[in-house]
Amino acid sequence: MNPAHHVPHLLGIEGMTEKDITPFLDLAESYALLSRSRNAPRDVLQGRTVINLFFEDSTRTRTSFELAAKRLGADVVNMTVATSSVNKGETLLDTASTLNAMHCDLLVVRHAQSGAPALLSQKVEASVVNAGDGMHEHPTQALLDGLTIRRHFGRLSGLKIAICGDIAHSRVARSDIHLLRAMGNDIHLAGPPTLLPGALGTLDGVTLHHDIDEALKDADVAMCLRVQRERMGSGLVPSAREYFSLFGLDRRRLALAKPDALVMHPGPMNRGVEIASAVADSPQSVISEQVEMGVAVRMAVLDRLSRMKNPA
Amino acid sequence: MSSILFENVRLIDPASGRDGKGSLLVEKGRIAAIDPKETSKAVRIVDGRGTVLCPGLVDMRASFGEPGAEYRESIDSGIQAAVAGGITSLALLPDTEPAIDNPALVHYIRRRGEETGLVSIHPYGALTKGCAGVEMAEIGLLKKAGAVGFTDGARAIADTKQMRNLLAYSGFLDTVIVLHPEDPSLAKGGCATASPQAVKMGLPQIPACAEAMMVARDLRLAELTGARIHFGHVSTGEALGLIAEAKKRGIRVTCDTAPPYFAMTEADIGDFRTYAKLSPPLRLEADRQAVLAGLTDGTIDAIASDHSPADADDKRLPFAQARAGGTGLVTLLGVTLQAGLPLLDALRLLTVAPARLLGLEAGTLSIGAAADLCLFNPEEEWTVTAGSLPGRAQNTPFDGQTLKGRVLRTFHHGREVFTAEGLSS
Repeated sequence: MNPAHHVPHLLGIEGMTEKDITPFLDLAESYALLSRSRNAPRDVLQGRTVINLFFEDSTRTRTSFELAAKRLGADVVNMTVATSSVNKGETLLDTASTLNAMHCDLLVVRHAQSGAPALLSQKVEASVVNAGDGMHEHPTQALLDGLTIRRHFGRLSGLKIAICGDIAHSRVARSDIHLLRAMGNDIHLAGPPTLLPGALGTLDGVTLHHDIDEALKDADVAMCLRVQRERMGSGLVPSAREYFSLFGLDRRRLALAKPDALVMHPGPMNRGVEIASAVADSPQSVISEQVEMGVAVRMAVLDRLSRMKNPA
Repeated sequence: MSSILFENVRLIDPASGRDGKGSLLVEKGRIAAIDPKETSKAVRIVDGRGTVLCPGLVDMRASFGEPGAEYRESIDSGIQAAVAGGITSLALLPDTEPAIDNPALVHYIRRRGEETGLVSIHPYGALTKGCAGVEMAEIGLLKKAGAVGFTDGARAIADTKQMRNLLAYSGFLDTVIVLHPEDPSLAKGGCATASPQAVKMGLPQIPACAEAMMVARDLRLAELTGARIHFGHVSTGEALGLIAEAKKRGIRVTCDTAPPYFAMTEADIGDFRTYAKLSPPLRLEADRQAVLAGLTDGTIDAIASDHSPADADDKRLPFAQARAGGTGLVTLLGVTLQAGLPLLDALRLLTVAPARLLGLEAGTLSIGAAADLCLFNPEEEWTVTAGSLPGRAQNTPFDGQTLKGRVLRTFHHGREVFTAEGLSS
């Protein structure tokens, strides 16, 4: 959120306080209930145009945003890199002026470069929602993770949360760390040094571990992050089997966490690399619920940004 | 297993600093007592006649040809050379064919050592797959399987970013990364240290600074990542200066050298002696003096054999084409004793110091320790003769030299595994 501009954007969680975050979660919670009862209000974004501008492939996130916009009655257009003029050499800012001419209201942007949505937000008249930029932020993922946790514990504070995996290359990790810190939780990050930047250890409320067992001990939440296959052999991790042996979340390790600990994963999962199937499919897993909350959170984000831009 | 009482020996135990006349009792393969007051009658008595009894030597860097090049040296043949040199623990380099980059191969090497029952064999794991310097090996799984450290043997990692990743990754596994300090692009094709003699001989040369350059890079990366590194066979004063300075600054670094680097110089390759073609190449006299100084002042933490077997056909070639490397197991003690160090210090560099570097329970005479022992006569002379040395490989750079200090008997876990000619076993 950037209140300094008169056009409201959601570019990242960094800098947001509990007071900024909670209204999103509250609204999302109500949308979650309305979605379940098939009663989402179709008139909230009626007449508004939402463009999903995806410079990077993502079926899951794009579908989630598309569904959220449609449930609120918006006109939704998907632009993906494969079909856009970006492949023909158009710069990001040329794309921005094209979009301005189309009078789009909400622009959902996924880009492989950190900071690309922020750059776009300076040039477009629409509200920009960062749907994931490089290794920087993925704010709606953090909100949906926060909502999922809050629904289970009745609070989003004072919890021990273990985040394991490729922290270094993860925008999800950064947004989650910002949000969970802002809400007052005890965050424990685990991974090999090649995937865990030491600089994160200087943040208050964040502890780094190279032994995943320590991170998981008595944790309320065990969150796994995807370790991409291309990290293997690239010099960061020797192999999937070694990663699973040293850092994979299996039943034995999950038993170190509290008995009612939640198992979370932003997806898509690499079963047998960062998480064992037995854990991913266990009753403690809320991975499917995260997806459900994702739609609700994105409804809330689109709704609130639209209202802040056009006060009633 | 019978009990053994060593009588009339000079007991030297660098771990405790003990150096004096005494006796030592071995029971059930372990050191049971020093200067025992009473012993049972069933004990075998070894009269040392005033010779030295010290812990069996711990050689932290040796290569055999197994698997893949058994014609040069198999584990069985190499071990014969080791025990004749008073060595009871060996750390074997992983750059074999195939390289020791798989947990099953670590188990294989350990099992082969156990089968011989003559020495303790500790395998290094490959730092990169195939020791090729590209993809990281499964360091965590290899360590679980028993690898005592990680190295690509006589190959340096050229890519700086890859080196950084390897050190960062290994940093949390509490292991040591053993490095061959030589800039690979500067060393490529070279076979002798740059010197007036090498120019006259017309040999492709490697500047001595190829070592210091790599040491400087890797020290900086160790500082960046917090990894523990160890430089093998350090041979130049410039590199030793960098290492000494890094130690003062608290960087986690150690190093070893090998006997040729304090006992020989590049003058010894005269007449194109391929047995003196080593990697790194023999250096100038000033560097030899610097290595001696490093042994004295503590910059160098251990002495390793650098045993690198070659067969006759590997060496019967024009100098530049001949295989680099020399044998070093049988001569390790004798050449080290010529360096002029106090005996206690020399033996520390050959026993407890390398054992501690690799985390091995070896190299001491403490009560309860495995009875790995070396009995040697520091005054007895013998002549190194290639062709009649124990073990298969005969490519010793010390061929023809007379050494003072002869191993008489070697014991591993209380069992006599070597007896010099002319002695009764």
